[in-house]
Amino acid sequence: MSTIVTGSGDAATRGTLAPARPGRFTLARRWLAPIRTAQRLPRWTLYAGAGLVVLFVLLALLAPLIAPYDFDQFSSHGVRFPKQGHPGAEHWFGTDVRSTDVFSRVVYGSRTALEVVLSAVVFSLLLGVPLGLLSGYSGGKLDRLLVLIMDALFAFPYLLLAIVIAFLLSDRLGSGVVTAALAITVVYVPQYFRVVRNSVISVREEPYVEAARALGARPATVMSRYVFHNVVQSVPVLATLNAADAILTLAALGFLGYGIQPTVAAEWGYDLQRALADAGAGIWWTGLYPGLAIVLLVLGLTLVGESLNDVLNPLLRRRRLEKVQLPPRPGAADAAAPSPGPPPDAGPGGRGEP
Amino acid sequence: MAKAQTTSLRSYALTRLGLVLPMVLILLTMVFVLMRVAPGDPISAALGGHLSAEQLAERRHAAGYDRPLVVQYLSYLGDAVRLDFGNSVTDNRPVTSIITQNGAATLELTLAALLVALVFGVTLGLVAGRLRDTPVDVAARLAGVLSYAAPVFFVGLLLQLLFGPMLGLLPTSGRASPGVTFALPTRTGLMVVDSLLAGDTYALSDVLRHLVLPAVTLGLLTGGVFLRLVRVNLLQTLRGDYVEAARARGIGERSVVVRHAFKNALVPVITVMGLQVALLLGGALLTEQTFNWPGIGAQLVHYLNNRDYIAVQGIITFFALVVVAISVLIDFVNAWIDPRVRYT
Amino acid sequence: MRVRDLRVWYGTERGAVRAVDGVSFDLTAGETLGLVGESGCGKSTLGRGILGLLPAGAATDGEVLYEGRNLVALPPRELRGLRGPDLGLIFQEPMTRLNPLMRVRDHFLELLRTHEPGIGEAQARRRSLETLGAMGIPPTRFDQYPHEFSGGMRQRIMIALALTLRPRVLVADEPTTALDVLVEAQILAILADLRRNFDTALLLITHNLGIVAEACDRVAVMYAGRIAEQGDARTVFADPAHPYTRELLRSTISLATTELHYIPGAPPDLADPPPGCRFHPRCPDAMRVCPAQDPVELDLPAGQRVACWLHGPGGAVPEGGTLPLEREEIALAEEA
Repeated sequence: MSTIVTGSGDAATRGTLAPARPGRFTLARRWLAPIRTAQRLPRWTLYAGAGLVVLFVLLALLAPLIAPYDFDQFSSHGVRFPKQGHPGAEHWFGTDVRSTDVFSRVVYGSRTALEVVLSAVVFSLLLGVPLGLLSGYSGGKLDRLLVLIMDALFAFPYLLLAIVIAFLLSDRLGSGVVTAALAITVVYVPQYFRVVRNSVISVREEPYVEAARALGARPATVMSRYVFHNVVQSVPVLATLNAADAILTLAALGFLGYGIQPTVAAEWGYDLQRALADAGAGIWWTGLYPGLAIVLLVLGLTLVGESLNDVLNPLLRRRRLEKVQLPPRPGAADAAAPSPGPPPDAGPGGRGEP
Repeated sequence: MAKAQTTSLRSYALTRLGLVLPMVLILLTMVFVLMRVAPGDPISAALGGHLSAEQLAERRHAAGYDRPLVVQYLSYLGDAVRLDFGNSVTDNRPVTSIITQNGAATLELTLAALLVALVFGVTLGLVAGRLRDTPVDVAARLAGVLSYAAPVFFVGLLLQLLFGPMLGLLPTSGRASPGVTFALPTRTGLMVVDSLLAGDTYALSDVLRHLVLPAVTLGLLTGGVFLRLVRVNLLQTLRGDYVEAARARGIGERSVVVRHAFKNALVPVITVMGLQVALLLGGALLTEQTFNWPGIGAQLVHYLNNRDYIAVQGIITFFALVVVAISVLIDFVNAWIDPRVRYT
Repeated sequence: MRVRDLRVWYGTERGAVRAVDGVSFDLTAGETLGLVGESGCGKSTLGRGILGLLPAGAATDGEVLYEGRNLVALPPRELRGLRGPDLGLIFQEPMTRLNPLMRVRDHFLELLRTHEPGIGEAQARRRSLETLGAMGIPPTRFDQYPHEFSGGMRQRIMIALALTLRPRVLVADEPTTALDVLVEAQILAILADLRRNFDTALLLITHNLGIVAEACDRVAVMYAGRIAEQGDARTVFADPAHPYTRELLRSTISLATTELHYIPGAPPDLADPPPGCRFHPRCPDAMRVCPAQDPVELDLPAGQRVACWLHGPGGAVPEGGTLPLEREEIALAEEA
């Protein structure tokens, strides 16, 4: 008298990717699930990139502890450092033409870079996201005007824009972290604006929103949940990649002389400009190390941003393809069956589960 | 012949040009506003310490900076459309001549860099996409990311170190040796072309040797972008429906990849090239500084440092117009290649 | 063509998805076999599996015997050579199946040059226009781009492409699902011509029973990766042997319908299908033996082949196995 429970497989093995085990960290686990199931390569690039970023964050935070000297210190205990000295035990990365220690400048440079870039990204978000929301929700003339302005800003060569703004601001605010951050902010605001606005607009028109409304969801819930979801999916990637770009822009500004004044803080771009003059004489350490620092930090951020994209974007994601082992065919290959006609006798018994 | 159902290229062109006007207007307005943000006026800013107060006032009046702002705005727009950018304040050169003289240098650099970028980026992108997830693919992608992560001036510096003092193979500054610069007749402004026209092989080799490092530096930057774009597009195209249908007809894999996937994957590259102009101009500026290349970028920096806002305004306006012109051009090329785009 | 015990399994992190799990049938020249089933029962996979067009991660086993060769065991190169001249596939969605940057004539020329490398341009053109003409596409449109054609015409172009080399076996994967009814009728008429004019064997995959009734000689009803019943179309529809077929027919809406009938429950998850007969959870006539053992395929006197314990074979059924199956009420939450 056995009873058999019906149902085609229980919920745990049906659709969801990671079984919804109740308990702590369910939300985090669900969000992290795509990372675990992604292919090997995106995972490794994500870890590598994250490692690089963490390294520089540590350098920035612990700069006074790690750097042996201050960023513009050219002597110690009354003894002046060698000018353009080779890398050695005392100065791991050598010294530059002003007798400052290259290694210390690189370390403090990471602090500058992170300060500026972080501020710039935060400012851009604070400006771009609300504007995007406003524009998307209100539509009409305001929307069109904002879009036109943002598109023009976007089309303009970003470096020129940053230079001009940095230059103009430096007259009023001096050439410090804030000026640089603001100059960079202006360049990136249009991107956040665009992304957020597109999320709002597409949410209004997507079929899944219509479906949700048909099921009875209130418009406010729909908008906030879906917009939030869309934005959360795209903004982190955008912010990371923008941060990478911002570092390059900051360095470019510094290289041209419109960035941060050398007396205020150490900056890699500025150091590279100085190093250009050294190149003719064959002095390579003044330029190589700051340059490498830029490359590694940008690389780290880009890797994180891109693998996040690969991992989170369901369209690009390639699930791990498992090798399938087909169990052997039960029963011999009775290929003796002729074309349909007179029914042959019943085939081999019991094709049971192997 | 089939009845023309698609709109012709011409009507598309007209529509597109019409859409450009608001953009140009906004860009010009932006430039105007930016230039007026600086305290005071351009004349005082540039020549403040050098001239007496009356002379300054006189100059100001001559240049029209004491008129109401709106009038200045309109006259600026009018001038810009006629490509009349006035004269620089500090050395009284017509800005237009600054642009033409140095513009050729920047143009030559940019074209050479584009060539490098296409060769580097597109070929590696196609290879990487075709051999997905193999070591070749990973290496190519890494190269792409690195070329983007390394600032132009850093790459330039490294190349200079390598080919300058260490190997002594290539010159690291200027467009040509002084002798060549002096002797070569200027016909187009593009020294490569000029030396070909003059039949001067020594000049040609000299100019090319000077061009190599800057072009490669700038080209690698853009090439990295192309590489990643082409690769992604190729992968997407290979998954496409018509590719599957082609395979179902027994078309060989190589044929499928080359004829169906490659061509279709390259189409968006043209569009992206348009977007890259902004990146390229910025990069050109930096490259010119790095290699002492006498282009417009160098001039911009020079006049900016001298606070010659009129010259700066002229140059930036020119840049803005160039960006718009190129994006329109790109759209045309796109419409020419992809017949679907012409449908209004 | 004879298919024996074909299995196509996909690997996923949930386990192997058994899209096609032991399917056998025959295709004879000049005949149309309709393959019917609900969405997700594996029929598309089956169609593609025959041609070897499966994505990476799919494993195939079994026999697809064509002209003395087993296509499953064939090296990919040879199989590719067969696609076009011997095997053809028509897809469901015609809008995206043609390369938008290539003209129609380029598609045809490419096809002909691939399989007949020495062919001259004039001859290639003539043959292409011939097939296109049979589909009702005028020669003046030969040089146009795909986006200049409507959906129905694109499907006709696809069919023409598939037929140009006169394949002996053609698989049509839901060719009319994306098209409206009038166009559908035209396409079906074209496909019907195939039987008469070209002697092609056609495997018509669809979920629409009406099409099967009208256009097919024989029908195979598929459920959860296996064939429940197959036989002459008229016989199967008049007197279905398998409960699933019966329920399907009853669910069809016609002018005579007064009340909606549906099969409770939902198709099973192919990664973890029900044990024994896969239909047993939803079958109104389920018996005790049904979940316990896989049903055996038998041939019935009327000519159908069916896999259902209701028809025996008696000898394989254990003691008490024919008693009705007891089961809990299908909870509403488990539906869909």
